[in-house]
Amino acid sequence: MSVNYGSKRVVVGAHYGLRDWLAQRVTAALIVLFTVVVLAQVLLTSGEIGYDKWAGIFSTQWMKALTFSVFIALTLHVWVGVRDIWMDYVKPVAVRLFLQVFTMVWLVSCLGWAIQVLWRL
Amino acid sequence: MTELAKKRPEFRNINAFTDLPTYRLPAAGIVSILHRISGLIMFLLLPFIVWMFDSSVSSEISFAKFTAAFNVGLGFVPGFLVKLVALAIIWAYLHHLIAGLRHLYMDACHAVSKEFGKSSAVVTLVLSLGLTAALGAKLFGLY
Repeated sequence: MSVNYGSKRVVVGAHYGLRDWLAQRVTAALIVLFTVVVLAQVLLTSGEIGYDKWAGIFSTQWMKALTFSVFIALTLHVWVGVRDIWMDYVKPVAVRLFLQVFTMVWLVSCLGWAIQVLWRL
Repeated sequence: MTELAKKRPEFRNINAFTDLPTYRLPAAGIVSILHRISGLIMFLLLPFIVWMFDSSVSSEISFAKFTAAFNVGLGFVPGFLVKLVALAIIWAYLHHLIAGLRHLYMDACHAVSKEFGKSSAVVTLVLSLGLTAALGAKLFGLY
């Protein structure tokens, strides 16, 4: 067992686990809920789904609010998961740091783009 | 240290190509590593996923571009390749979602036994591959 307190405290790793572990599960539940909500609206739509009906799903204010929250949740979820992969398989500190910074830039860029698309609807 | 503890075998420099294929993973292990791989696939394809969201909701014209990407192609990428990438995302999402629900269920209900681990892993594989096949057939216009 590594020392988790005092001057010999180990100060690397995933915030000692619990916070990220919980965040990953809570965000996962939110993503599942979002999936069910979108799927229900798609399946309950009668007739062929064209642009109007598809864009209409995301244009109501409550749906925008939910989708926005899910974008944030997804970003957090992916950050925890992908960083776990780097921490497990990539040992050289320089390479790991590079990949973690790349992951952040990649995720924040995609998040910004997705939010822009959502709020101009 | 005792003599026995010293002789504990160490596995170092595991070669991904010559050693890993010789491992006989149980169903739960296959689900576990696929959970990781599917997550990484979706992470790498995230810009394409946001592009699909952007083009499908932004305007009538962009929606036409979105549908054309699957029928005609996107830039120099032919339509069937776009469909294949979409199919990879469909599988990755389904597997990640079902394997994730399995995790949540095990966490919430303390359903930790060897038997449940195996049976739920088999159910995860059958469901995710079955649904992927059904949606893939739809995507490629088989029905």
